[in-house]
Amino acid sequence: MNNFNTITSKVIPLPRNNIDTDQIIPARYLKATDKVSVAEGLFADWRFYPDGSPNQEFIINQKIYQNAEILLAGDNFGCGSSREHAPWAITGNGIKAVISTSFADIFKNNALKNNLLPITVDPEIHKSLLDLSEEAPEANISIDLETQKVFLPAGQEFDFQIDPFAKKCLLNGVDQLGYILSFEANIAEYEKTRKSVIIQ
Amino acid sequence: MNIVKPKTLFDKVWERHIVSEEADSPTILYIDLHLIHEVTSPQAFSGLRQREMKVRRPDKTLGVMDHSTPTISLLESDIIDNMSKIQMDQMAINCKEFGIKLYEFGSPDNGIVHVVAPEKGVSQPGMTIVCGDSHTSTHGAFGALAFGIGTSEVEHVLGSQCLLQYKPKSYEVRVDGKLKKGVTAKDIILTVIAKIGTGGGTGHVFEFTGSAIRSLSMEERMTICNMSIEGGARAGMVAPDETTFEYLKGKEFSPKGEEWETAVENWKSLTTDEGAIYDAQLILNAEDIEPMVTYGTNPGMGIQITESIPYLISIADPDSKVSTEKALDYMGISPGKKIMGHPIDVVFLGSCTNSRISDLRQAAEILKDRKVADSVRMLVVPGSQLIKKQAEAEGLDIIFKAAGAEWREAGCSMCLAMNGDQLSPGQYAVSTSNRNFEGRQGKGGRTFLASPLTAAASAIAGKVADARGYL
Ligand code: SF4
Repeated sequence: MNNFNTITSKVIPLPRNNIDTDQIIPARYLKATDKVSVAEGLFADWRFYPDGSPNQEFIINQKIYQNAEILLAGDNFGCGSSREHAPWAITGNGIKAVISTSFADIFKNNALKNNLLPITVDPEIHKSLLDLSEEAPEANISIDLETQKVFLPAGQEFDFQIDPFAKKCLLNGVDQLGYILSFEANIAEYEKTRKSVIIQ
Repeated sequence: MNIVKPKTLFDKVWERHIVSEEADSPTILYIDLHLIHEVTSPQAFSGLRQREMKVRRPDKTLGVMDHSTPTISLLESDIIDNMSKIQMDQMAINCKEFGIKLYEFGSPDNGIVHVVAPEKGVSQPGMTIVCGDSHTSTHGAFGALAFGIGTSEVEHVLGSQCLLQYKPKSYEVRVDGKLKKGVTAKDIILTVIAKIGTGGGTGHVFEFTGSAIRSLSMEERMTICNMSIEGGARAGMVAPDETTFEYLKGKEFSPKGEEWETAVENWKSLTTDEGAIYDAQLILNAEDIEPMVTYGTNPGMGIQITESIPYLISIADPDSKVSTEKALDYMGISPGKKIMGHPIDVVFLGSCTNSRISDLRQAAEILKDRKVADSVRMLVVPGSQLIKKQAEAEGLDIIFKAAGAEWREAGCSMCLAMNGDQLSPGQYAVSTSNRNFEGRQGKGGRTFLASPLTAAASAIAGKVADARGYL
């Protein structure tokens, strides 16, 4: 797994609230049996016209954001389905962090397992980032996971919170299944005490 | 004196499943039942193969095919495209290779995962149940802790039967009193979500309590728990009681004989203790609840069927205002207009929210000796093949067909429009499913979520209609 480094990028503003996983990746793109090919489905209904041609108006298609790695979204980003195809599609398009005032639980979990950093900020900071993206769309901001800081162009900075375990996993590329299995003795012990339905 | 802190139902189920707890790390939680379907599991099996691992407990894993299966027939030739076929074939290969029981496409036991597991008696009180599907919350109706997980976590559970989880907070949703005639479980949960919003329950597990909840059947409780996720909660729970035990008794996988007695004794301890404190609470009066319909593009944008679409001016937060404006624009409806009477093109009666036998019976009662409007296409998609069989034994299929509705095989169908059952751009549907997101039921399609009663009445009227005029 890739270790997570500092990100420096322009900010793609997509300040809609409640962007659900069906918008992030519509169901018809869920037919893949791999993780890579889902990337083309990212925001497909917004990114493409019905005939399949790109909608140049849509923010992510705009030229200046071609290599941008940070998405700024509205409240409750990622609500809806548990599809992990959502973070796969986002990272498959080069985005490494999403900033919002809040995230849906399952999305946040899924993101952290896929090297996508969900950063929760309070509404004031959200507003200042949005203003920045409007006034200076070319400006870069930097996100440093190690120190949990975001640096803005004019020298401002702010801290963000992240669960220490998730941070450790991102920074060191911890394999979570491997981590669980290191508790094999406890699992085996627990299983002895547990009687429940057996499906055969 | 040794005082034991009163616990919630959720606390109890959580604590009984802790395998290990380390400082600064999530709990390792044991999973009693893992449900899988064809869409969110293939990459997890690939992961296992890469690691050269087995499935730890195939005997606690059950597979179905539901999301991309055709409902028009049980013929493979009706599978919508090659990718779906590959995905379904892969599911069969994975289950076979890893020794997992699978109700595959065409099996008389197949159906929507959240319908099949309860009707088979696999979902039981006090269990931890997961599935790579957010509506796993459905199974909480049995007093289980049931929640959706991503594909990485599916791999974790396949490989270890455990998950890394932080304990969510608890949230009591209490509904006291008696529902009025024509008001259903679906209206309760749509009212809850309209009140708290789609993010209102984030970080929490709902426990539904109160006399109105107690008097609901298991199927109705499942409808409510099913949509907990639409209120942002990971899970929803109802403490098990006689209704629960009655439902489970004699089901294929329910305990039998002496084991049944022991199980029921154990399940009876699964209640919230007197004096336990929830982290959040919402109290509703059942008498205040009316039939609900959503008008926007998330399930929180719901109003009572007699109400009008809200004016934007009533929304203070600028982001919400913009989002609502976009939603109304997508829906092609204007503030101030009544939702009732809005013309519709399609009625979808189905999905893991409302496709059980009681839902079909309710709709059939309204449709009996009546006709679906000429301008409306109505699809009736039972939640499982067993429900389909039951409905046919009761003659419900005849009622639906005589009314002009399509009677289908079981599956997710137009709930998420992966299998070819979908709305055309611009079409309006009254749907008994759970999500009205943009394009959810087909690109450009527009969804009004409502109960099976409202759906049936609207099918006849050709527009959003109040079922109370038909009862
Ligand atoms: S019926 Fe709809 S919500 Fe339920 S499992 Fe299928 S797609 Fe998901």
